Amino acid sequence: MSFPTEVLHLDLKKVERPAGESILNISNLNVSHHDHHILKNINLNIPKGKITAFLGPSGCGKTTLLKSINRLTDLHGGMKVKGSIKLNGKEILNGSSDLPDLRQKMGLLSQRPFPLPMNIFDNVAFGLKIQGVKNKTEITHRVEFHLKQVALWDEVKDRLRSPATKLSIGQQQRLCLARGLAVNPEVILADEPTSALDPTSSRKIEEQFLELKKNYTIILVTHILRQTVRLADNIVFMYLGEVIEQGTPYDIFQNPQSDILKNYLSDGH
Amino acid sequence: MKKAKVIEEQFFKYLLGFFTYSLILILFFIVYEIAKKGIPALSWEMITQVPKGGFYFGKEGGIYNAILGSLYLALGASLISIAVSLPVALFMNISMVRHEKILGAIRLVLDLLWGVPPIVYGAFAFSIMIIFGLKASLLAGILTVAFLIMPVMIRAMDEVLKNIPVGLFESTLSLGATRFEVAGIFFRQALPGIATAFLLGFAKGIGDTAAVLFTAGYTDYVPDSLVQPAATLPLAIFYQLSSPIEEVKARAYAAAVVLTLLILAISIVSRYLSSKVSKNTVL
Amino acid sequence: MVAVRKIKEYSAGAWTLTCVFIVLLLPLLIVLSLIIKASPIFNVAEVGQLLFSSAWQPSSGKFGFLPFILSSLVVTAIGLIIMIPLSLLPAIYLTQYASPRVLGVMRSVIDILAGIPSVIHGVWGVLVIVPLISLHVGPLFGNDTSGYTVLAGGIILAIATLPFVLHMLLEVFRSIPIELKEATLSLGATYWETIKKVVLKKAMPGIIAAFALGISKAFGETIAVLMVVGNVVQIPKGAFDAGYPLPALIANNYGEMMSIPMYDSALMFAALLLFVVVLVFNFISRILIQRTTTY
Repeated sequence: MSFPTEVLHLDLKKVERPAGESILNISNLNVSHHDHHILKNINLNIPKGKITAFLGPSGCGKTTLLKSINRLTDLHGGMKVKGSIKLNGKEILNGSSDLPDLRQKMGLLSQRPFPLPMNIFDNVAFGLKIQGVKNKTEITHRVEFHLKQVALWDEVKDRLRSPATKLSIGQQQRLCLARGLAVNPEVILADEPTSALDPTSSRKIEEQFLELKKNYTIILVTHILRQTVRLADNIVFMYLGEVIEQGTPYDIFQNPQSDILKNYLSDGH
Repeated sequence: MKKAKVIEEQFFKYLLGFFTYSLILILFFIVYEIAKKGIPALSWEMITQVPKGGFYFGKEGGIYNAILGSLYLALGASLISIAVSLPVALFMNISMVRHEKILGAIRLVLDLLWGVPPIVYGAFAFSIMIIFGLKASLLAGILTVAFLIMPVMIRAMDEVLKNIPVGLFESTLSLGATRFEVAGIFFRQALPGIATAFLLGFAKGIGDTAAVLFTAGYTDYVPDSLVQPAATLPLAIFYQLSSPIEEVKARAYAAAVVLTLLILAISIVSRYLSSKVSKNTVL
Repeated sequence: MVAVRKIKEYSAGAWTLTCVFIVLLLPLLIVLSLIIKASPIFNVAEVGQLLFSSAWQPSSGKFGFLPFILSSLVVTAIGLIIMIPLSLLPAIYLTQYASPRVLGVMRSVIDILAGIPSVIHGVWGVLVIVPLISLHVGPLFGNDTSGYTVLAGGIILAIATLPFVLHMLLEVFRSIPIELKEATLSLGATYWETIKKVVLKKAMPGIIAAFALGISKAFGETIAVLMVVGNVVQIPKGAFDAGYPLPALIANNYGEMMSIPMYDSALMFAALLLFVVVLVFNFISRILIQRTTTY
C-alpha cells in the first residue's frame, strides 16, 4: 500500500538499514509512573552517527523513552525505571555511575527553549565553565565556534552580553542547541525541537541537524511525519508504550507491516 | 428580573464594596494617627541621640539606641536566617522533587513552625537561656529572631522556586551540572523572589516584640558587642508609651513613626522587586 | 569530574543537610523544652485544676488559669465577630465583582496591613480605640469604662489578624472554577444569587479553614492585645470588662518567673497550652483546605 507516500509526495528509495555500531543499547526497559505502565519491554539499539526518530501518537511514550535515556525520569516522583540502557557499553540506569558526566554526554534540546538566566555568551560558556575550562581565550573561541555551528553567530555577535531572553524564540532554541553542543556530547536528544517554532526557524534547526549528523548521534522525538522523512535515517514507531516497527523511511512509509502503523499513516498526520 | 431581586443585587454589591474600601480607610487611619503623634516628635536629636537620664525617666535624648539596636538585630537575624533558609528551600526544590511524600512532610513542618506565635519562640529561648545561665543580649535576640523568621523566609523562597519551569531543571542537568550548580542557576532565576523573601524576614524581624522581649533585653546604649543587651524600636515604644512624662512618651511616638516608615519602605521595595521581572529570567 | 567540583558539591550538600536538620528539629525542640519546663507544675496541681480553677495567686502556689483562658476565648470571639464580615465581604467583592486592577491595588493594601508590627497596632489601639470606647461607646451602653477592655482587645485583634485571613480567602475564592459560575448564570440566576447559592457553598470548607487559621493567629497575638486589654486578672463578664489573655500573662510576668517558686513552670505551661491550641487550629485549617482542593 503506497497511499501515504502518494499523499505526501515523497520519493523514497529503498535504503539498507543503517549498519554500523550502536551507541545506545536499550534492553527490557520498563517505565511506570504511579502504577501506570508507560513503557513496556523496550528493546532498541540506536545506531551511531545517524538520526533516529521516535514516532507515534501522543501518549505512546516516546518522550518518556527519550527522557529515560539521560535519566531525567529521576526528577519525577513515582517514576519506576527497570531494565538496562547502555551508552558505549556502560550501564546508565544503575546509580553508581557519575551521573552529571554521563548526562553531559547526551545533550538535550527541549520543546521550548529554556535559556539560562544569563547573557548569550554565558549561556554557551556555562557548560565549558563547569567542565573546568579556565582559559578565557579558549572559552571565547569555543563560544564563537558553537554559535557558528548553529548559524546564530552573525545574528548575535554584536550583543553577546545582552540577556538571552531578549532573543526570539527561534534564536533561543538555536542558542540552547549551541549551549548543548559546547559540552561535546556524543548523543543529542531532541524532544519535538521545532514544535514551538515558526517554519523558518524550524527549517534552520533541521538544517543544523543534518550537518550535525556528521559528528553526533541524534535521537529525535517528533510527531511531524514530514520531518522524519526529511531527517531520519532510522524510524522507531511506537504505540501505547511499545515499539511496533522500526526501519528506514522507505520501510515505514512504503512498506508498513503492522495494522497499527498502517492506521496511523492513513489518519493523515 | 423581579424588582426585589434587582434591589437585592445592588444592595449587596454596594455593601461588599463598602467593606472592601473601608480596609483602605483603616490602613490610612493607622498610618495617619501614628504620623500625627510621631512626626512632631521627630527631630535630629531624637534620631541621633540615646536617651539621657534613663529611658523611662530621662527627659532628654532620643531613640538612637533603639534604631541601631533594631537594625543590628534584624540584619543579624536575617543574615543567619537566609544562610539556613536558602539551602533548605533549594534542597526542597532540587533534591526532594522526586520524593513527593517527604517533601509534603517538610512543608507541613514548615507550616507548623510558621504558625507558632513569636511569644512561644521567646518563651522557648528564655527557658534555654535560664538553663545555661545566659543573660539577655543582642546575640540571644538575633538567634531567637533568626529562628522566628526562618519559616517565613523558607516558605517565601519555596513559593518562587516551585514556579521555576521543570524544563530549565532538565536543561541544566543535561549540561552535566551537579546539584550545587543547578542550585546556582535556580538562585539566579529566582533572585527577585529570594530578595523579597529576605526583605520579608527582615521586616518581620524588625517589627517583632514578643520574642525580643525575653531575649534581647533593653538598654539606653548602643551595644558594642554581641553579649550586651540591645534596645529595639518595638520595645522602645512598648516601654515608653505608658510613661507619665511627656518627653518619654514623645520618644515612643517617634520610635513608632520610625518603625512604621521602615516597614513601609521595605514593603515598597519588595513590591518593586516582585513586580519587576529580572531581565535575565525565563518567564 | 574535576575534584574542585566534587568538593563544592559535597560541602554544599553537608551544609544543606545540617540546615534541614536544624529546621526539622526545631519544632521538636520547642515542644520538648516547653514540656520539660512545664512539668514540675503537675506536681503541685492536676491538669483539671490548672485549666478550670480561677484562683490565681502564684505566691501562695495557686495556679488557676481559667481567667486567662476565658479572656483569650472572649477576646478571640469578639475579634472573630468583627473580623468575619471585614474579611469575607471584601474577599467576595474582590474576587467576584472587582476589576483585576482593583484586586491588585487591594492586594498591596492587604500586604502592607499584614506587615504592620503588633506594637504599632497596639499604639493605634491606645490612641484611638481605647478613648473611643471610654468616651463614646461605653456611655452609649451606660458603661463607665477606662476603655482598656476585651472589646478593645477584640477590635485590635480583628485588625491585626484580618490581612492573613483575607489573603487566604482570596486564594480560596480564586480556586473556584469559573465554569461553575458560568453554568449557574446561564440557568438564569442573578450574579448575587450565584454567589450566594453556589460559590459560597463550594468555598465553605476553605472559608472555615481561613477562619480556623485566623483563630490560630488570634490566640497567639500578644503585644497588640496586651496594650489595650487592661491586664486585670478576672473573668471578663462583658465586653467592657478588662481581661488578661494567655500570651499577655506570659509577656507581662516573665521577669518575675524566677523569684516565685513554680511560677516559671506555670508560665511555660501557659506557653505550652498556647502552642497546642495554635497547632490544633492550624491542623484543622489544613485538613479543610485539602477538602476544597480535592473535589
